Amino acid sequence: MSVDLSQFHQVFFEESLEGLDIMEAQLLQLQAGSTDMEAVNTIFRAAHSIKGGAGTFGFADVAQFTHLVETLLDEIRAGQRPVTEHAIELFLQSVDVLRALLLALQQGERPDLSTAEQLKQELQKVLDSSAVPETASTDVVPAAAQSSAQGWLIEFRPDVDLLRTGNEPFRMVREICELVGQEAVTVEVDSSALVDIQTLDPTSCYLSWQIRIDCAIELSNLQEVFEWVEDECDIRYQALSQAHATRDVPELEAQPEAPVPAVEPEPLAVKEEVPAAAKRPVDASIRVSIDKVDSLINMVGELVITQSMLSQLGQDFDLSSLARLQQGLMQLEQNTRELQENVMKIRMLPISFAFSRFPRLVRDVGGQLGKQVQLKLMGEDTELDKTVMEKIGDPLVHLVRNSLDHGLETPEIRRQSGKSEVGHLTLNAYHQGGNIVIEISDDGAGLNEEKILRKAVERGLVSVPEALTPEEIHQLIFLPGFSTADTVSDISGRGVGMDVVKRNIQELNGSIEVQSEQGVGSTFTIRLPLTLAILDGQLVRVGNEKYVIPLVSIVESIQLEPRNMNHIAGSQPVMPLRDEYIPIVCMKDVFSLTKNTDLSDAMLVIVDGERGKVGLVVNELLGQQQVVIKSLEQNYERVPGISGATILGDGTVALIIDVTGLHKHSNERAA
Amino acid sequence: MPSILAVDDSASMRQMVTFTLKGAGFEVAEAKDGQEALALAQQKKYDLVLSDVNMPNMNGIELVKALRQLADYKFVPVLMLTTESTGDMKTQGKQAGATGWIVKPFNPDQLLNTIRRVLG
Repeated sequence: MSVDLSQFHQVFFEESLEGLDIMEAQLLQLQAGSTDMEAVNTIFRAAHSIKGGAGTFGFADVAQFTHLVETLLDEIRAGQRPVTEHAIELFLQSVDVLRALLLALQQGERPDLSTAEQLKQELQKVLDSSAVPETASTDVVPAAAQSSAQGWLIEFRPDVDLLRTGNEPFRMVREICELVGQEAVTVEVDSSALVDIQTLDPTSCYLSWQIRIDCAIELSNLQEVFEWVEDECDIRYQALSQAHATRDVPELEAQPEAPVPAVEPEPLAVKEEVPAAAKRPVDASIRVSIDKVDSLINMVGELVITQSMLSQLGQDFDLSSLARLQQGLMQLEQNTRELQENVMKIRMLPISFAFSRFPRLVRDVGGQLGKQVQLKLMGEDTELDKTVMEKIGDPLVHLVRNSLDHGLETPEIRRQSGKSEVGHLTLNAYHQGGNIVIEISDDGAGLNEEKILRKAVERGLVSVPEALTPEEIHQLIFLPGFSTADTVSDISGRGVGMDVVKRNIQELNGSIEVQSEQGVGSTFTIRLPLTLAILDGQLVRVGNEKYVIPLVSIVESIQLEPRNMNHIAGSQPVMPLRDEYIPIVCMKDVFSLTKNTDLSDAMLVIVDGERGKVGLVVNELLGQQQVVIKSLEQNYERVPGISGATILGDGTVALIIDVTGLHKHSNERAA
Repeated sequence: MPSILAVDDSASMRQMVTFTLKGAGFEVAEAKDGQEALALAQQKKYDLVLSDVNMPNMNGIELVKALRQLADYKFVPVLMLTTESTGDMKTQGKQAGATGWIVKPFNPDQLLNTIRRVLG
């Protein structure tokens, strides 16, 4: 029977990648010199499973690599070597290498083995550095005796306990018969050790056997039969020479070459080839707990009941059943809302998925920079949409790197300023309204306002530096083309600035702000919608058209006073708002609307754009409501200034404003 | 057809073993660790137990010891799935009362051969 092992590969990859996450998490908690064997055990177990699976499913490279890791772990587990910083480092690197190998294999690619080879040598070096236990020499019958053996005499004296391990002596005899053929086997039972029936314990084995095999067979084949009971018996193999055999068993002469049943060729346990399937796309999948699915099914059940009630009502409807119709519609509304909420929940994952990489990152980067950092993760169970999670990963990494690089100080400087040598970095997540809030705070040096201001003036980003409050200065770091790093380090100087972080977050309909106090620390606060499928929007009217402005980007709405607007040639109009001038975007111009666009009674919606505040001129503020986002790109084509569309309750379509894009677009039109 | 209890904390190994054994006509029950296996064994007498060694909660060695305490399992063959690197595991397993072992990595055919050997 042949089983197609590739059907188990996906499960193997998933569980192995999970195993690596466990290894990594445990390794990060492990301290050099630790005697926490439970942690080492857990790490070992994960490695062990990966190795076992890899071997079984034919991933030789993974199996060989994990073997070294496992061996080293085993020695630590057995107390033969201490947990060293070097070992932890090697294990962490191994986790990376294995993850890369597995991911490549999962994609059906041939993995790059160069790093794995290097690390293998490192591991081997460590393993070689201690006394290697000598391989136990086994009693082997000299090869000469074997080759000339024409048969065997086996003395098999089991211990009394043999039966208690589920071993049946008859099985061995049966197997030998299968190996050489029944006619070549003679068995003699020695019952001399049998005790009196009164004292006989039926679970003990009192018998021993002498098995004579008159047939040429390799000793190793016989040893294999007794492999499981070697330690529970007294067993002796005596080779029978040609003379022996012929004298004692004359009939053998007739067929001197007794057919030895062909021993089944050992099937290749480890396939060298990556399973032939070419690179295949892996379907994105999420794990959903049964509870969530059950509650969905439950809800659909309710919906079906409501639906059948309503259809029955419709069949012979008269005004007397109006009350029941209304009640049914209310029920339908409730069902729909519950169903919507629950379907959304399926896409929700705890933010620990995004947070889990930070212990490692903080450890590595902190070590590189010579800083001592204690990372605290809070609210890891807070759930958010999978897509949002995937997109927030990189901005978070950037912010954490930034805090490590620019925020937290070196131990010496911290000591000098009277702080503890260990810097603290906290990642916190929680729900607030329909949003998820993620805070990245450190107790480092805080933002250097002087330096920020100087740089901003140098780059021509501000003209009147005196007018800025500390808060406004802090916001300057989000401006495009701003970077305060003294030297471009490989930590945060990747050519990616805070402006990119801000843009990424805004693309998710989120916002970011910073609070900072010099010498005390900084906190970056990210606000994100829980899902990308639904948006909290402000409905506005421009002419006869309705638009939706994302609520999260609205700062305030005020009455427009047209006489305050200053028109500057070749540029957008601006308007003073308290002590700053903000650009004004006239939506009717941008979208070329002509009818009913009298501005005398217009409203100004102030939104937070990429480059600061922007005022949008609209005719009327309508209600606030949640809207389901439909993609324009998928259904039509990309339109500048518009991020999508939605269908309103009355069936009409409203476009959703992309605030940053709209400002840029109107700038281009003006220019 | 004989019934087999397959115990392994790795889902892929469990799937592979179950698929192979069921394909050969055996009746198979799965458990993901020793505790789960012991609970199943207390409810029903399986003809053979196939267990991984390294598992959380209750490992294979502890499982064999516990099984041998059950009247129904005094003589039931228990095979351990081990790897060559854990040589002393074989000894430990035997001392605990295991019947024998199958060395990982193994392929489905090797697994079936061994099990047929034991069940006769």
